[in-house]
Amino acid sequence: MATRLSGVARAFGDRVVLDSLDLELRDGEFTALLGRSGSGKSTLLRALAGLDDEVTGTIDVTGSVAVAFQEPRLVPWKRLLANITLGLDAPAGKAKAALAEVGLAERSDAWPLTLSGGEAQRASLARALVREPELLLLDEPFSALDALTRITIHQLVLELWARHRPAVLLVTHDVDEALLLADRVLVLDEGRIAHDISITAERPRHREDPGLVTLRNTLLAALGVSPEGRS
Amino acid sequence: MSVVELARPVERPRATPKGPRRRVTAWHRWLSPLALLVIWQIASATGLLPERLLAAPATIAATAVELTQAGTLPTAIGVSLQRVLIGFLVGGAAGILLALVAGLSRAGENAVDPIMQALRALPFFGLIPLFILWFGIGEEPKILLVALAVSFPLYLNTFSGIRGVDGKLAEVATTLKLSRGQLIRHIVLPGALPQTLVGLRQALGVAWLALIVAEQVNATTGLGYMINDAREFLRTDVIVVGLLVYSALGLATDAIVRLLERRALAWRRGFLA
Ligand SMILES: Nc1ncnc2c1ncn2[C@@H]1O[C@H](COP(=O)(O)OP(=O)(O)OP(=O)(O)O)[C@@H](O)[C@H]1O
Ligand SMILES: [Mg+2]
Repeated sequence: MATRLSGVARAFGDRVVLDSLDLELRDGEFTALLGRSGSGKSTLLRALAGLDDEVTGTIDVTGSVAVAFQEPRLVPWKRLLANITLGLDAPAGKAKAALAEVGLAERSDAWPLTLSGGEAQRASLARALVREPELLLLDEPFSALDALTRITIHQLVLELWARHRPAVLLVTHDVDEALLLADRVLVLDEGRIAHDISITAERPRHREDPGLVTLRNTLLAALGVSPEGRS
Repeated sequence: MSVVELARPVERPRATPKGPRRRVTAWHRWLSPLALLVIWQIASATGLLPERLLAAPATIAATAVELTQAGTLPTAIGVSLQRVLIGFLVGGAAGILLALVAGLSRAGENAVDPIMQALRALPFFGLIPLFILWFGIGEEPKILLVALAVSFPLYLNTFSGIRGVDGKLAEVATTLKLSRGQLIRHIVLPGALPQTLVGLRQALGVAWLALIVAEQVNATTGLGYMINDAREFLRTDVIVVGLLVYSALGLATDAIVRLLERRALAWRRGFLA
């Protein structure tokens, strides 16, 4: 039932963004995807979500997929709760609970345009989580959150992942975030998965964990950055 | 700090709000119109402005009361309102329906849009002679002229509203597994609504215009008839009353649309207000 990509390619004009990329996402595995800005992370996610008609190669996704996009993409003319339940048969109680989990219980009647950037991002996350998918695609869902909320939401995502065990693909720019959350970290570079690193450390993890510190340096080197500065 | 983040483009999650609308409560805005009215009255009283050119304000007011009491004015208003209403409903329904057909599929667009664009170029007041030939001088040509005038702004605006719906929201609909019907109902139609309401206001403006023109040409009832009849007897007071009623009706319908807009677009108020 795993998700498989083989020979996946995508170019915009002359610009090759994905170049015969192979990848397998195993069931229940939490994978983080790192890469420089413009390296094609969102492009890969869109292909997995079935939103890109022009991508070539085989993409084999079984089971349900939910997406939280890089921008929250809430439907502006639906109040928050209606955004969460859109296209869902589930009772409103479940959606309310999802909103409460991301700390937005009081805002369920709010219009999306009145939300702050971080609130909108949490709402978008709730909309994806409430669907209990088998594959959860998250495109930098924490980027607009302050450090404190981010820690809370990290916990929330880990809890929900532990409960429902979806395969998660989390795009992030934050190496530490990847190390704290994921079983496996991928680095996308030159249109391929350039690095594929497993993290076996027990959760909850701490940044200072020596094993993670070593991994961090490895990953930063893979991204072309040394901890002390550019290499 | 040990957190390393790669450079990422800064996003603006919300549009910048428009500046607050200026409050226009100042009483002195009424001064100049009032002064004009007084000068008009004086000019009429001194014979400077003969009644056969333009009646005095006081005479016009008295005539308005008189026409209302006699029932002439209410009857005329009723007849004209009915024409506008039926024409508006028929034309509006046609315009929106065609916009849906054209907006929701390529085949629909190819079938409908070229015809609508070609018809749009016709000066529709120029159609009056044909309409009279086809439909005589009863109610039909008047209602049809209003309907025709109304259908174009509604068609054009609704069509471009549908096509202007954010593609990113359509992608959301795909990932949320919305059916085509749900996509249309929850994303496309509400997304097109602001533009449709712009079309609605344009349509109402041109509906009254079309009615006035139609009623000038051939009518035995209604406001236009009242005005035309008054011309025969040099009753400038009646003519002005008729014009004032036209503009009052136009303003009233515009106010209704604005009210509708405020309710239907409440979701935008958060950042427009
Ligand atoms: N629709 C498009 N048309 C043309 N070029 C595109 C399109 N979408 C993406 N690209 C290009 O493809 C490249 C990869 O884009 P993508 O959005 O996948 O990057 P990303 O890794 O998600 O970057 P970021 O971290 O900044 O979000 C970029 O150079 C981008 O300009
Ligand atoms: Mg991206």
